[in-house]
Amino acid sequence: MQQDPSASKYSGKKHVRFSDDALALAEKIMKRYPDKRQKSAILPILHIAQAEFNGWLSVEVMDYVATLLKIQPVEVYEVASFYSMFNLKPVGKCVIEVCRTGPCWLMGAEDLVKFIEKKLGIKEGQTTPDGMFTLKTVECLASCGTAPMMQIGEKYHENLTFEKCDTILDEYKNKGEDVSHWRKERIKHHTDIHQ
Amino acid sequence: MSKQILINDLDKAGIDTLAGYKAHGGYTAIEKALKMKPEEIVEEVKKSGIRGRGGAGFPMGMKWSFIAKPPGVPRYLVCNADESEPGTFKDRYLMEKKPHILIEGMIISSFALGANTSYVYIRGEMMYVFHILEKAIQEAYDAGYLGKNILGSGYDLDLHVHCGAGAYICGEETGLIESLEGKRGNPRIKPPFPAVVGLYGCPTVVNNVESLANVAWIVNNSGDEYAKIGIGKSTGTKLISASGHINKPGVYEIELGVPVEEFIYSDDYCGGIRNGKKLKAVVAGGSSVPILPAELILKTAKGEPRLMSYESLSEGGFQTGTMLGSGGFIVMDEDTSIVKNLWNFTRFYHHESCGQCSPCREGTGWMEKILHKFLEGRATMADIDLLWDIQGKIEGKTICPLGEAAAWPVAAAIRHFRSEFEEYVKKGKYMTDVKHYYRINKLQEA
Ligand SMILES: Cc1cc2nc3c(=O)[nH]c(=O)nc-3n(C[C@H](O)[C@H](O)[C@H](O)COP(=O)(O)O)c2cc1C
Ligand code: SF4
Ligand code: FES
Repeated sequence: MQQDPSASKYSGKKHVRFSDDALALAEKIMKRYPDKRQKSAILPILHIAQAEFNGWLSVEVMDYVATLLKIQPVEVYEVASFYSMFNLKPVGKCVIEVCRTGPCWLMGAEDLVKFIEKKLGIKEGQTTPDGMFTLKTVECLASCGTAPMMQIGEKYHENLTFEKCDTILDEYKNKGEDVSHWRKERIKHHTDIHQ
Repeated sequence: MSKQILINDLDKAGIDTLAGYKAHGGYTAIEKALKMKPEEIVEEVKKSGIRGRGGAGFPMGMKWSFIAKPPGVPRYLVCNADESEPGTFKDRYLMEKKPHILIEGMIISSFALGANTSYVYIRGEMMYVFHILEKAIQEAYDAGYLGKNILGSGYDLDLHVHCGAGAYICGEETGLIESLEGKRGNPRIKPPFPAVVGLYGCPTVVNNVESLANVAWIVNNSGDEYAKIGIGKSTGTKLISASGHINKPGVYEIELGVPVEEFIYSDDYCGGIRNGKKLKAVVAGGSSVPILPAELILKTAKGEPRLMSYESLSEGGFQTGTMLGSGGFIVMDEDTSIVKNLWNFTRFYHHESCGQCSPCREGTGWMEKILHKFLEGRATMADIDLLWDIQGKIEGKTICPLGEAAAWPVAAAIRHFRSEFEEYVKKGKYMTDVKHYYRINKLQEA
């Protein structure tokens, strides 16, 4: 796992903590798994953690998740580093995830990535200097019939052309807050699952 | 259009809600099922002849009958909604448009298997569908189809949706179980099979979304009626995700047995190759299955029309056939570079290898590097044989089938398109400048 501790926005902060809404949601999710199996909740809770803490998982955030789940920090690190949706380094407010796999490639994904690189002046894997956008390429998102496509937050943007992509990115430029996979509104107003 | 039973009513208003689904015949199978004995439901599913729709095509009723029943030990049903096989997007479509068909299928299936807690494992990228399912599950609880004493039957069931976080290998059923337990998605060595030791060490059945979505229809209409749909041992309908260079990409529900030629060229389905181009090749069942050139996908080596069925697509073995797999039907026109497409798929498998087995972890990486040499114009004829050699050393030597999934496409591409690899070697750098895919717009030069 590569992480530059000095890059952590939370270095030096002793108390990383979920908002009350996120904590209530995390507790509800943990109840979905049998007794003593709360570790099962790790993936949903790490998604919520990314939504809560600027779209990435610092060591402090992962340690906090370990205390929530009553497991060892290393159990969180090994999981967080396995799954491609978790960012272990700071990212922009808005992460653009362009599908690069076969079917999308057949429909011009390579051009699309180049177009975005040129528009934003960054390469794949980089973040714009203003901290607004990070460009990631990802594997097939089960949207091959509407290729080429990209995901921003939870939203799929499909059947893209340069023009469409241009308009979409301009819209996000004016968004003030982070765009996360687990949308912030969904942390506040989550469905009240029985248990 | 052939018979449809899963997505025939998507145009009905509110079909994505419990009320709308119910208004069009939904949730009637539950009432019937809860009055049956669990074994009777398993028997109907067996009679239907339905095979798992996730890719492997294992008979569903048989899988259910293998579940161990040690007294006092809970059993689990897990729905595989990881859908990450490149070229496959039918499960997302179905769950988004008609979530209750999956929920109803899961309630009946859980009852048949004796599970009191079940999970839907959906890939994390489909987060918006995760929330659609959560909402639908809530509706089902509120209507008394989930929770304690469902419809007064004395049967209790909790159904939860769980999200992954980006890993193709979590689609493999034991990788999925590990992931659901909160670990890295490393597949387990089998046996023991999940039917004996699965989630939390308990007997578990893992089934694909589409497989489970068929269960309500089977209960309502009987297994025998289901077996009348389709052709031979390929009973029922199948959702096909069609993508690539066709006029009408999308999800189609076909009755198994439709001729491939009709599927590609008829306006009821793909509507032919776009821009008036010619068909070059098809990957018929998701990226893992062998690619076939136009002449072999349209007709078998014996010259018979190839059909969209498990048997017909695999006719001729891997020499001249392929597999139905997950039904991810990827179509390539005459301008497509088979070598570059293969490089892309191999890169995918290298990226997604969990790393437990050396042949898969190292082999996929070597194959990716060698294929990249072709693209850069640095490959030699010996590299073609080297590729062939490496793929042969992965197959059958790994914990899970991802190794094969990576090896088969390489073998098939060399088998059917060797001359194209040779062209890359002969023309060297020239090939790197040719564009091999459909251009979305013209890239403006700086
Ligand atoms: C690498 C790999 C990825 C897989 N991905 C999926 C998947 O995304 N969805 C799925 O249903 N099955 C997938 N499978 C197949 C599952 O292991 C399993 O066979 C299937 O979920 C069983 O359900 P079924 O019998 O209803 O098809 C995958 C298998 C492998 C080896
Ligand atoms: S075959 Fe590949 S993906 Fe499967 S267990 Fe082995 S290393 Fe992991
Ligand atoms: S290849 Fe891009 S969504 Fe499937």
